[in-house]
Amino acid sequence: MAFDLRVERRIGGRTIAVAFASEGGLTALFGPSGSGKTSILNMVAGLLRPDKGHITAGDTVLFDSAAGIDIAARHRRSGYVFQDNRLFPHLRVRDNLLYGWRAAPTGERWIDVDEASRFLGIGHLLDRWPRTLSGGEAQRVAIGRALLCAPRFLLMDEPLASLDRARREEILPVIERLRDELRVPILYVSHDRDEVARLATTVVPIE
Amino acid sequence: MALSPEEWSVIALSLKVSVVAVIACMPVAFALAWVLARGRSAALVLVDALVHLPLVLPPVVTGWLLLLAFGTNGPAGRWFADTLGVTFMFRWTGAALAAAIMALPLMVRTMRLSIEAVDRRLEQAARTLGASPARVFATITLPLALPGLLAGMVLGFARSLGEFGATITFVSNIPGETQTLPIAIYSALQVPGGETVVTRLSLIAVGLSLAALVVSEVLVRRSGHGKGSHGL
Repeated sequence: MAFDLRVERRIGGRTIAVAFASEGGLTALFGPSGSGKTSILNMVAGLLRPDKGHITAGDTVLFDSAAGIDIAARHRRSGYVFQDNRLFPHLRVRDNLLYGWRAAPTGERWIDVDEASRFLGIGHLLDRWPRTLSGGEAQRVAIGRALLCAPRFLLMDEPLASLDRARREEILPVIERLRDELRVPILYVSHDRDEVARLATTVVPIE
Repeated sequence: MALSPEEWSVIALSLKVSVVAVIACMPVAFALAWVLARGRSAALVLVDALVHLPLVLPPVVTGWLLLLAFGTNGPAGRWFADTLGVTFMFRWTGAALAAAIMALPLMVRTMRLSIEAVDRRLEQAARTLGASPARVFATITLPLALPGLLAGMVLGFARSLGEFGATITFVSNIPGETQTLPIAIYSALQVPGGETVVTRLSLIAVGLSLAALVVSEVLVRRSGHGKGSHGL
């Protein structure tokens, strides 16, 4: 079991509710903009607290309102790739990549900077400042930073949304290789039907 | 123009008073700026108003309130004398205290704005990467807010150099002890034929204030250089 979720959260005037369980691979939360997909990722990451429900990733219970379990965001080890990449502007690419790696327990790390750089093709960018990167480069660095924090799973929030067509074709194979070669469970948010059809192992429609 | 030993001592005293005022004020100003930027309590409106009070009160009132609180028989004055052995009356430490109180609103305002300008989403990202609250503060919030914090310090320093009303009310005008640059200029104006001294000291005041503003600007630019912190 990769993800097992049943959560409810009131935001503004409406309730975001979702329940699903998925096996490994890439689980796509698919639905229109504004349907609360990002809120669901934030709940899995521990940035947004559900009103009730439970969240399990792999064999780890991250949240369970009935049992009073709520693991802090920094202990959940989720590799979160944000839509707006959120690279730290005052750190060079190398220090961005190492940010989570330094905090990760030594025995839990499963990739190092060299491997991640090779995998993502960002070895030549290590000494650059984030603001000098193109959109595609920044998104690959953001994926690398997430991989290097020794994550149990990845959360990807529309990682292709801010990129043009050519750049998308640059990132799509990377995501496929994350899914197939590294075999890390991915919870993926998208509103793009083609993207979901190409990437998803399991599709969860969000109304 | 060569300065007389008296003029040098006025400048040295002014610098000492302002440096001590800013250093002593810094932790208090930062804590207040942090609480005002990040806190949610409704009582913060009152804190904000109190912090800004020295900016709008007549300085002579601030000086008188300092006399009441930090004078020999004032509650705060007695506490400082008993526990730290520091007294303020007619001493340069009192001038530093008055300068610190008058610089506080400027420093808090500048620092608060720079803390508010830090993108909270970057702090969230750091948390998901496993950073403890202390590490998020030290590696994300503080470096991103740093240009504004330094600018606040330099502005506070420049404000301290110019402090006059509260200081002369609180600790009077004692050459070599509480006679800072503006007070020395005021004294020289009272003396017939003091115009040359006034001119020289005023030029120095203009020079020091300009230098402080330039340093503040350079610090801000250097902190932002190559790091894109203004590009956010």
